[in-house]
Amino acid sequence: MTSVTSSMAQAQPKIDFSRLFTDAILATLVALGLFGLLIGVKTDQSLNNQMILVLRPGLLALILAAVFVGRLTIGYIIAVRDARPPEAKKAKAAKSNTALWVEKYGLPVFVGFLFAYPLMVLYTAGPQGAIKWIDNFGIQILIYIMLGWGLNIVVGLAGLLDLGYVAFYAVGAYSYALLATSEPVKLFMAAHMGSTFWPLWAFWICLPIAGILAAFWGVILGFPVLRLRGDYLAIVTLAFGEIIRLVLINWVEFSNGYAGISSIPRPSFFGVPFNASDTGFAARFGLEFTPIYRTIFLFYLILILALITAFVSARLRRLPVGRAWEALREDEIACRSLGINTVNTKLTAFAIGAMFGGFAGAFFAARQGFISPESFVFLESAQILAIVVLGGMGSLMGVVIASILLVGGVELLRELDALKVIFGPNFDPAQYRMLIFGLCMVLMMLWKPRGLISVREPSVFLKEKKSVSSDHVKEGHG
Amino acid sequence: MRSLHDPVLKVENLTMRFGGLVAVNDLSFSAGRGDITALIGPNGAGKTTVFNCITGFYKPTVGRIALRHGNLDFAQHIEALTDSDHGAYRGADGSLFLLERMPDFQISAKAHVARTFQNIRLFSGMTVLENLMVAQHNPLMTASNWTLGGLFGLAGFRRAENGAIEKAKYWLEKTKLIDRADDPAGDLPYGDQRRLEIARAMCTDPVLLCLDEPAAGLNPKESLELNTLLMSIREDHGTSLLLIEHDMSVVMQISDHVVVLDYGTKIADGTPEQVKSDPKVVAAYLGVPDDEVEAVEAEVGV
Ligand SMILES: Nc1ncnc2c1ncn2[C@@H]1O[C@H](COP(=O)(O)OP(=O)(O)OP(=O)(O)O)[C@@H](O)[C@H]1O
Ligand SMILES: [Mg+2]
Repeated sequence: MTSVTSSMAQAQPKIDFSRLFTDAILATLVALGLFGLLIGVKTDQSLNNQMILVLRPGLLALILAAVFVGRLTIGYIIAVRDARPPEAKKAKAAKSNTALWVEKYGLPVFVGFLFAYPLMVLYTAGPQGAIKWIDNFGIQILIYIMLGWGLNIVVGLAGLLDLGYVAFYAVGAYSYALLATSEPVKLFMAAHMGSTFWPLWAFWICLPIAGILAAFWGVILGFPVLRLRGDYLAIVTLAFGEIIRLVLINWVEFSNGYAGISSIPRPSFFGVPFNASDTGFAARFGLEFTPIYRTIFLFYLILILALITAFVSARLRRLPVGRAWEALREDEIACRSLGINTVNTKLTAFAIGAMFGGFAGAFFAARQGFISPESFVFLESAQILAIVVLGGMGSLMGVVIASILLVGGVELLRELDALKVIFGPNFDPAQYRMLIFGLCMVLMMLWKPRGLISVREPSVFLKEKKSVSSDHVKEGHG
Repeated sequence: MRSLHDPVLKVENLTMRFGGLVAVNDLSFSAGRGDITALIGPNGAGKTTVFNCITGFYKPTVGRIALRHGNLDFAQHIEALTDSDHGAYRGADGSLFLLERMPDFQISAKAHVARTFQNIRLFSGMTVLENLMVAQHNPLMTASNWTLGGLFGLAGFRRAENGAIEKAKYWLEKTKLIDRADDPAGDLPYGDQRRLEIARAMCTDPVLLCLDEPAAGLNPKESLELNTLLMSIREDHGTSLLLIEHDMSVVMQISDHVVVLDYGTKIADGTPEQVKSDPKVVAAYLGVPDDEVEAVEAEVGV
């Protein structure tokens, strides 16, 4: 009995509570300074159109209390973690092969689930309800998974921090939209291949072109940033993303500016359109026409595009070029001393990452039927980057989990009627996306600073595949 | 001496200035083929700077650094190559490279000069085996048809990759790291990391291996093992070695030829015996003016 209590007492770490309290009070004071005017006072209009000040002490007190309690909890968690004896930390590191296990078996299980998903939803929710679940959840999340896997090549493997990834998504989307709706191309195709050819096949022909153009722009971005590191690289890539968007807004003759491009042809089922006509998909296969078939088809299309991304990037990681990317992230100077052409290595990372962004963009344009520069704002880059960082840099399964959490989570909040009861009928969780991001990020930094799946799987092994703990893996200089 | 009639590396009038500081001042020396050449000197003498010039990390302010493969006649081709604007000459009996004209990665890839670093630079988040695979990047890249063949898993690439693993295994056994092959390089103890860096450099098939203080931080036993490893690299692989070393026991035991630098200037060049008894060297190391050298020598008993 005594031995048990003594070991319990030993496990109980020493925590300096007075320091925690002063820390929390300090944070509360900072919050008071910040929110005192922002939230504590509100300008409003009185009945006779005069501006009046409304004081909101209750709300202010609520927020300050939240900050106090939050800071105290965070401080406590950190103190407990730091006070843990080193052996406990070691024991935890030894168990980390489970993450390798998730990476190995999680993906096949998840893919199996995804293939069954549309049918499951169709069965449970019926054709009317299913569209929402397949489109808003399935397709939306899969687009971000694909973008995350594409950006993972640049950020996770090569360690080059790219804040402008959405630019390549835009290049892909506009490449498809502009080519598919361009009059000269339409006329040319009508003259040579017949009038129905282009609307049916435009997507399949433009998809590779969109990828190639995006890869080309990846190289264009890559060249000027080759010598940049860290913050500088991040800023230039951010600016690049904004420049592409501003060009799309301002070069009206080319891209139709803010108005965007509409009536983009939708993808066909390899030449069979999804419409109610006699030659449409439903009629051909003897089915009753409903729009659900197109949605299901789009779901499988993005699923396969995403899987190609995953397959290629997993495969590249085991090839010399992928190993060179990771080596570049670890130590660029050592790479050069081993005869690796770091210029080419960086450019291939940018180009291949951008190519998958371009594919995803073309799919996005085809799915929406309408695009405008609004869809390619910095927030999108930030969201994709958040997915990669949250998932654990370099991990494929991590990106999946993070996309489901960040994209699916927000969609799911929209579904919760209980929230509407609490926050009023106009509550739209999508507007609180940044708040949710922020909370996720703070929690992550506390709980798993290197991402959800923070171990690295070796690309080759001699006897036994052991996971590499994130303590050794570098984040790269970008 | 071999450095005179059969040199692998010839450094002539090398000067490296950083702003007003002259780190290397008009240095000329050669390293013989199959020799272990030691570059020694007090802290800040400019040794690492010489290495950085040879391996292309710095572009020398002035000077010529020539490297030879095979039996090609040095004197016959060097002037012609210097007058041309090429960086390399390839003849039937060997090749000649002007390293100061080549970018750093090509010095390793084409001229086959490998190096290690004073503060170890391993890929610490990759396993020991992966470190050695990265070193074989160029041949593997060719075998994978610049990634395309590898992506489709062609047999030629798989064969090349197995060959690369075999080579890595060979060097792991030689450096006694084979049991740690699947561990992250960052997990190894210091002495093992030093040996891994040498193994990694050897995986690039170097003609000249430059080691920057390989014995620094090793205990006497590890230091002795290092000597054996370096001797065997020279005997079994015909690689010439250029090493910077502070540990005089290592220098005296294994080197064939010693070059001494002080404040960027060469003060002695010869066999270990010649250098050891050179009063200038003793003065540089003990930091006394020349006229007091004899007194100091008598004191330390050389
Ligand atoms: N990149 C650089 N910029 C400016 N000065 C430099 C640079 N590299 C080296 N130096 C200077 O050149 C001189 C020689 O340095 P170097 O590192 O070559 O010495 P070293 O002989 O290797 O010394 P140690 O035995 O301490 O490694 C030093 O005074 C150093 O400060
Ligand atoms: Mg040095």
